[in-house]
Amino acid sequence: MADMAAEGKTPEVLFWVGCAGSFDARAQKVTKAFCKILNAAEVDFAILGKEEACTGDPARRAGNEFIFQMTALQNIEVLNMYNVKKIVATCPHCFNILKNEYPELGGKYEVQHHTEFLQGLINDGRIKLKEGGAFEGKKITYHDSCYIGRANGIYEAPRSVLQGLDNDLVEMKRAGSRGLCCGAGGAQMFKEDEPGDKRINTARTEDALETGASIVAANCPFCITMMQDGITAAEKSESVMVYDLAELIVNNNGF
Amino acid sequence: MIQQIIFALVSIGAIAYAIKQFSSIRRNIMLGQDVEIAGDTGQRIQNTLLIAFGQKKMFKRIIPAILHLFVYVAFLFTQIELIEIFVDGIFGVHRFFAPYLGSLYTFIISFIEILSLGAFVATIAFLARRNLLKLPRFHKNEMTGWPQLDGNLILYFEIILLIGIFSMNGADVVLQSLGSEYYPQTGNFAVSSWLGPALFGGLEESTLIGIERFGWWLHILMVFVFLNYLPSSKHLHILLAFPNTYFAKLTPPGEMENMPTIMNEVKSMMDPNAAMDDVPMDEELPEFGAKDVFDLGWTDVLAAYTCTECGRCTDVCPANITGKKLSPRKIMMDIRDRATEIGQNLDSGDLKWVKEELRAEATTLTKENYDDGKSLFDYITREEIHACTTCNACVEACPILIRPLDPILKLRRYEILTESAGPGDWLPMFNSIENTGAVWQLPDARDKWRDEMLEES
Ligand code: SF4
Ligand code: SF4
Repeated sequence: MADMAAEGKTPEVLFWVGCAGSFDARAQKVTKAFCKILNAAEVDFAILGKEEACTGDPARRAGNEFIFQMTALQNIEVLNMYNVKKIVATCPHCFNILKNEYPELGGKYEVQHHTEFLQGLINDGRIKLKEGGAFEGKKITYHDSCYIGRANGIYEAPRSVLQGLDNDLVEMKRAGSRGLCCGAGGAQMFKEDEPGDKRINTARTEDALETGASIVAANCPFCITMMQDGITAAEKSESVMVYDLAELIVNNNGF
Repeated sequence: MIQQIIFALVSIGAIAYAIKQFSSIRRNIMLGQDVEIAGDTGQRIQNTLLIAFGQKKMFKRIIPAILHLFVYVAFLFTQIELIEIFVDGIFGVHRFFAPYLGSLYTFIISFIEILSLGAFVATIAFLARRNLLKLPRFHKNEMTGWPQLDGNLILYFEIILLIGIFSMNGADVVLQSLGSEYYPQTGNFAVSSWLGPALFGGLEESTLIGIERFGWWLHILMVFVFLNYLPSSKHLHILLAFPNTYFAKLTPPGEMENMPTIMNEVKSMMDPNAAMDDVPMDEELPEFGAKDVFDLGWTDVLAAYTCTECGRCTDVCPANITGKKLSPRKIMMDIRDRATEIGQNLDSGDLKWVKEELRAEATTLTKENYDDGKSLFDYITREEIHACTTCNACVEACPILIRPLDPILKLRRYEILTESAGPGDWLPMFNSIENTGAVWQLPDARDKWRDEMLEES
């Protein structure tokens, strides 16, 4: 972003990478896949790079408003300095907080999750999903992220993207607005579970495996980690893969 | 005449006691803090109509929804009949409206009868569901004792009420066919016109009058019992669902409430031009978040009193499903029980509940000087609030727009901000965000992936 600003250019959209997308090895792959799509679709985008900081979602959900406000206000200062209008995020937590909670702090932007953004690119014909791609006829199930689904009511966009891949989309018994959480939200990712019968991701993995799908599609770095852990624990990592929507598109089209 | 006097006295007593109870509940709800009711009034009215009146969210599960609808609509329409019962009771007349309304009267009573029959079937089905089917959501830990009895009691009440209605109407029908003096012709009631003769046909006139009076009194007494039982029951939702859906937040469920005090403090910290004396240092440290009912919004307390204890929230809570202690229903019930406890202590007026440092001068006990040494944390454990994933499943599931997630987050805020406590596992995350701007403390640059990507291509 800094480079673009220096050249006096304003990008079409700012890609908010998020902590997971920047640092987590698995999520970095999603970040890269999404960039490949943006490039293929000739979207003029920028990232904040080192000027991006955590949005503060886990701190706020844990109850630490001070830390949240500090990092959020800093981010808003940067975003407003670059006069950012439109943001796309690959992390539902970043997306939700940027969209719903930054405005009250003075950060008002048009914010989309990459799920909707991808649907938009497909609908506008900026990317064409190859027919008979790698996933033709394969059984795929979609895991709703809480912050995309219930928190923001987006259920249709991810399913429409998946259907474009010519596959056999099967729903889990708890899907859509009744989808079960993967167990990571609300800062659970950063602490041990409370005592109970099983881990939440185990329960959710069971839902996914029950469908017999060979691919679990998700669109949240934390869901992906949780589902992957669950599948590995169930010793199914040979036969069942967890992918982000962006990765599926990249594999399908061979970008 | 005697009947009229008894009726008037019983009515006045029952209504006065009910008013007293309802005003206590109102007071308890108002223990919460002021809440700014933001957003479109039209949308709020629409919510009330669709969700409270139209029971839209109940229809996610069709069979319970239809059964519940019968009980509810029967309840609503029986209230019309009550108007007549009052007129008859006070003036010592019988079926006052019948001659004026003619066939419309027959229609209304028939309609109520059909609904009541539906309600009867529904009630039996609900009783069976609660006690024979063993649905897990009706048998969680928080559903023992009063809540369990409460769930069944209403169903017994409903049955007694229906016995009242049908013995009243049934005997009436037979009396009419005998041409009894005080029982004018009302046309054929949908159910009683066959049920009456089947049950009471061939009885003596005086016996029939006895049955009719018995049914009439049973009906109205049950209504009074119900009115006074309502305030201590989950069935308060019959009334409170309306204000609760009206006042329910309109913001997206993913949006967490902002804390302007902290925001402004952080803003002034970041602003190099802000004068230091903006932040008075000698003031008592403010408390953040909620540790008791007083710190919640009044709408949170209203929600707690509105909760139907149906457990739809707990049924979908990922923490609860996997055996953690957290149950969103219990959170709402705890808030209500704590508010009721405070209310009872306030009613006692006993100065021993005044804050210790103010006790010497205090002359009255008020919510401002109240301190019983307890808080919501005596009801809700830390373990429960820590287990929440903020997944909003409870919010989505609640048929009357309660958001159990809200108070959970307010309790977390108290723990972290005011007590500086909370799960130790979170500290590295907080520190890392504060110091490095990322949730993990990592040596890599934030855009290292980009350099890698440029290399790869
Ligand atoms: S938001 Fe929290 S309390 Fe509500 S269902 Fe999810 S985990 Fe349970
Ligand atoms: S909060 Fe709502 S869903 Fe949960 S028990 Fe109460 S009424 Fe039912």
